[in-house]
Amino acid sequence: MARIFSPGINTIARTTAFGLPVLVMLVFGAVRGWQDSSYITGVGRAVNQPVPFSHQHHVAGLGIDCRFCHTSVEDSSFANVPATETCMQCHSQIWTNAEMLEPVRESFRTGKRIEWTRVHDLPDFVYFDHSVHVAKGVACVTCHGQVDQMPMMAKASSLYMQWCLECHRHPEVNLRPTDRVNDMAWNWQKEAQGSAGPPGIQSINTKVVPQLRVQGAPQAGAFQSGVVQPGAAYPNAAYQGTAAVDSQALFDAYRIRTQGITNCSACHR
Amino acid sequence: MKMPMKSPEFDMSGLGQRLAGQQGPELWRSLEQLADTPAFREAVDNEFAAGAPEWNDGLSRRRFLQLMAASLALAGLHGCTRPAEEKIVPYVNQPQGMTPGKPLYYASTHTLGGLGRGILVEQNMGRPTKVDGNDLHPATPGFDNPLPTAMRFGAADIIALASILSLYDPERSQTVKRVGRVSSWETFALSMEEELARLTPRQGEGLRILTEATSSPTLADQFNRLKVKFPAAQWHQYEPVNQDMVRAGAMLAFGQDVRPIYHFDKTVVVLVLESDFLIIGPAAVRYAHDFAWQRRVRTDRPTMSRLYAVESNLTSTGSVADHRLALKPSDIERFVGALAAKLGVSGGGAADAQGLDADWLAAVAEDLQAAAGNATALVVAGESASPRVQALTHAINVKLNAVGSTVTFIEPVHAFPVEHAESLTQLVADMQAGQVSTLIVIGANPLHNAPGDIDFAGALKKVPLRVHMGLYEDETAFQSHWHIPLAHELETWGDARAFDGTVSLIQPMIAPLYQGRSPHELLALLLGDGRRSSQRVVKDFWLKRWGGVDSEIAWRKALHDGVIENSAAEVRQVTLAPVGAWAAADPKPTGSDTLEVSFQVDTAVYDGRYANNAWLQELPRPVTKLVWDNAAHISPATAARLGLVNGEVMHLSAGTRGVDAPVWITPGHADDCVTLPLGYGRTRAGEVGTGVGFNAYLLRSATSPWHESGVTWRKTGLNHKLVTTQMHHSMEGRGFVRTGTLLDFIHDPEHITAHGHQKKNGVPLTLYEPFTYEGTQWGMSIDLTSCVGCNACVIACQSENNIPVVGKEQVSNGREMQWMRIDHYFEGDAHQPDASHVQPVACMHCESAPCEVVCPVGATTHSDDGLNEMTYNRCVGTRYCSNNCPYKVRRFNFLEYQRPMAPSLELMQNPQVTVRQRGVMEKCTYCVQRIRRADIDARTDSREIYDGEVVTACQASCPTQAIVFGNINDPASRVSQEKAPKQPHAYGLLSELNTKPRTTYLARIRNLNPKLAPQSPAGGAAQH
Repeated sequence: MARIFSPGINTIARTTAFGLPVLVMLVFGAVRGWQDSSYITGVGRAVNQPVPFSHQHHVAGLGIDCRFCHTSVEDSSFANVPATETCMQCHSQIWTNAEMLEPVRESFRTGKRIEWTRVHDLPDFVYFDHSVHVAKGVACVTCHGQVDQMPMMAKASSLYMQWCLECHRHPEVNLRPTDRVNDMAWNWQKEAQGSAGPPGIQSINTKVVPQLRVQGAPQAGAFQSGVVQPGAAYPNAAYQGTAAVDSQALFDAYRIRTQGITNCSACHR
Repeated sequence: MKMPMKSPEFDMSGLGQRLAGQQGPELWRSLEQLADTPAFREAVDNEFAAGAPEWNDGLSRRRFLQLMAASLALAGLHGCTRPAEEKIVPYVNQPQGMTPGKPLYYASTHTLGGLGRGILVEQNMGRPTKVDGNDLHPATPGFDNPLPTAMRFGAADIIALASILSLYDPERSQTVKRVGRVSSWETFALSMEEELARLTPRQGEGLRILTEATSSPTLADQFNRLKVKFPAAQWHQYEPVNQDMVRAGAMLAFGQDVRPIYHFDKTVVVLVLESDFLIIGPAAVRYAHDFAWQRRVRTDRPTMSRLYAVESNLTSTGSVADHRLALKPSDIERFVGALAAKLGVSGGGAADAQGLDADWLAAVAEDLQAAAGNATALVVAGESASPRVQALTHAINVKLNAVGSTVTFIEPVHAFPVEHAESLTQLVADMQAGQVSTLIVIGANPLHNAPGDIDFAGALKKVPLRVHMGLYEDETAFQSHWHIPLAHELETWGDARAFDGTVSLIQPMIAPLYQGRSPHELLALLLGDGRRSSQRVVKDFWLKRWGGVDSEIAWRKALHDGVIENSAAEVRQVTLAPVGAWAAADPKPTGSDTLEVSFQVDTAVYDGRYANNAWLQELPRPVTKLVWDNAAHISPATAARLGLVNGEVMHLSAGTRGVDAPVWITPGHADDCVTLPLGYGRTRAGEVGTGVGFNAYLLRSATSPWHESGVTWRKTGLNHKLVTTQMHHSMEGRGFVRTGTLLDFIHDPEHITAHGHQKKNGVPLTLYEPFTYEGTQWGMSIDLTSCVGCNACVIACQSENNIPVVGKEQVSNGREMQWMRIDHYFEGDAHQPDASHVQPVACMHCESAPCEVVCPVGATTHSDDGLNEMTYNRCVGTRYCSNNCPYKVRRFNFLEYQRPMAPSLELMQNPQVTVRQRGVMEKCTYCVQRIRRADIDARTDSREIYDGEVVTACQASCPTQAIVFGNINDPASRVSQEKAPKQPHAYGLLSELNTKPRTTYLARIRNLNPKLAPQSPAGGAAQH
């Protein structure tokens, strides 16, 4: 009886038995790597814009507060891109003849809107809310990176769901005092050493908490006790300079409820 | 797919025997179910009807699979490429007061029959997306939200809620047309000025304007000025659903034209004659609200009013009634005559009218008389009741001390109230006689809705210049020389008065999408100042009327509130005219060889003007659950006598007028008469509304617009496919609607909800891991006593949650997408059911949800706050969840219903809710977008969510406040007051399955008259 398999088959079989899983893993790894590559995520890739607006110049160079332009970030889910008139508040006075600002002037002249390209673009079935993050001391830099070092805007994180969940599962890690949310170079050590500079405008904490106009006592002050009092928002004296201890203190002071923040409907509706 | 309700071999004879074998009252949804035919069994067993997943609309299955394969391949590739770039387009000048990403709410007015109802419109970045009622407006009261800081929504009816779809309707007329060719407003203005120059020397002789009913003070002022400029011109009004009968009745009874306003919040005993006052009409929301208030049975308030209904067709109001009598229209007139005689009102009829239920009559008379002592009785005649019935009703109300208490009278709210039929008849006569040289039609569409004995089309041809202004290029526009697009009420300025006279302003929510113009602009053109915008016209009128320096402030306040303060009409004192005016002889009983026909306003498309609104067309009509059609409603006995089955087309004729109508057998309908809903059979409504149903106006006469006797009939041998959702999503089991009498509630409330299958003692066994729900936990309660089945919640949900329509074919396959459905149950006899019940059903958000455990991809999960979540982007469409849902509340996107979407409809979508694609399961989310919004606001302010801060769309729209939503873990919350143990008659649907539904119901309590329903006090009528 003739042999069905030649001796060479053994080698092929061994190679396949060990090689195929390796190959499969390689393929998965490659796909995964491809997915996580900045080519797909867009991390670090500057995006072309109709006007080459430099955050580096405006933030680091001129020291303009984030909220001067992104006015709705504290009140709305959406942090707006400024209207043309916001640009023209300054640029009707300075750099009035600059070539690169012509699209802005044209927009202001003609009423035609400037079409910026989205840098941070979530899928349409994802609902993200800026206001609550800012109110709870999640800094701009945490998600958007050091925009003060970006001549042209680029993503600093993938904005993948996994990335969101890393924080939502341990929200205390990324907290800081709410008057520091727009500080690009802040950290706990600087805060403890007093070298973090003067605090920013405490716009969240000084925001007037809407007074209940309920008939009678509003449920025995249940929520009143939870209101972060202006000025006394966080235990200033307790700063140890260690992120773990201090951000846990903030976590308590800001009364961050973890209930529901990893629910599907927190982001998908 | 077999449609159970349509099977021709339907056997009425077997019903009697089956019913005879039943013990106690039995609930049933359709005659087919009662007969328990094999077709019905099959329909219940197959949740997804045979062939439901197949694409059978023009595109072959094979072609579809090819397309799908291609899209799958593309979907796979999509993951390997960069997402497409999107643009952000900020304002040039950002409007003040607007925060990008946050909605704004504006008050405005929606008119129905010329009368205003307040609306609040949600606007997202300049796009109106949702309509709600305005709490401050008398016609649209809201629910008593304990939180004044929260958005105060008012209730609304389906027409106001669906008006947002009409605004964005891509088929609305988009441009000025001259004899079918595109023209412009400027060209029209020039041409009109020439015409006016010719008219001026003749003082406007030959100029006629035809409008619908209007109550706009500004428009009235413009007409007055036009009258000065052109004294010989004439203004006609025609609206097919008008108050001619009310007017004539008041003239008969009081000798003056006054209109009744009912105060149901003061009533204890109400008799309603031929009126669907709870769901149809400009005041329906207010009336339903007030009526429900008197029937809010709770442990601390064990009282309720009693409603008797006498009507020919089974309406929603009839369903709500505690006692109902089905009579054909002529018998209703005899009934009122007999009642009047019994109550000692002079001019009534024979007290013992032959053939009427004497016991019923006596019991009602006695009950009314008892309530008359403290002025809490009321008799209501519908707007379609004959003048004699109206007058007798007024006389009875005077006798019952009702006038001044439960009913008051005011001067007509409409500007220049006229008799519409007469106005149209005169216009047509003048047109025939060649006395009309220029006819300007504003809004009206007489070519569709003029009575069949008025040849408007023929007369129109004799008018040399015909101008039509309307929302659509409709039947009348097609026969006109000029067509001007009318601006939708959500995109123009105006004003209107409510049913009680209160004035409210109409303000635009968006610039006109399609070059629409308002009637004010057209009138301004006729008055010679054609450059004035509608805003200038309306604002100037009010500033001038108010005068003084504060007028600008008053204008702003009126715009903000949506109403002008203290503008309600004053109550008029009335005295009964001398007897005799209405003392005509009772109509003779008609023979059974002919039929009586009664015309009815359609509950969805009204008089036909909303025919192109797909939300309304696809809305299952109350009681019948028919969609995309109207039908001739007849009783089972009459159907058996005439040998007709469902869907069989019969020809009805009266003199030279005739119409072909498919038959729909309606249990509870009066014998020997037919009810025809108006508003269908449009020939130029648009892609949605054209060719839907039959045009009942063809059978209507100008002299007797609501009833026709002596109508002959014959079979045509044709059949028409009628589609009903009555048996879709049907649940197996019993005891869905639990009912009891008021006496039961007082003496033994537990008995009402006691249920054979329910284990009263011990913890039921469960396979689910025990879980403690802490913190805020959402729940809902629906009061079946309050619910009138008006469908407002269904449309509100559709609007809020971007729910698509699917079309008649798709509905017949059981693919309708509405997240809410209103189940309708009959109780008892198949011919004249003892009662009928409605039950709104949406996702119950079960704590032990059967759907969640079977999802292979974790697309449906449970949230910490007790919501049954649906994550669309995870769903792969196995439909296991729907199979496992005992409530049948999940809806599957069998096809790409949302695409391609007209660009204008894209503007309408709620930005807070994902627009779902094909192959995805969806269902009620408890308006999770509103919950998360409130949650985020509360977190931002470091507080808890207030009770009343989250209002679901259905709850906001509900005129009777039957739906309450809130935190069930808070014992003080409003929803907790509506649940067990606070309310003994609260129960969970199919709770014996141990699903622990978060939505619970309050059993339906009926206030039966012991004389008419002799039953033991303890739970004789409860379901077992």
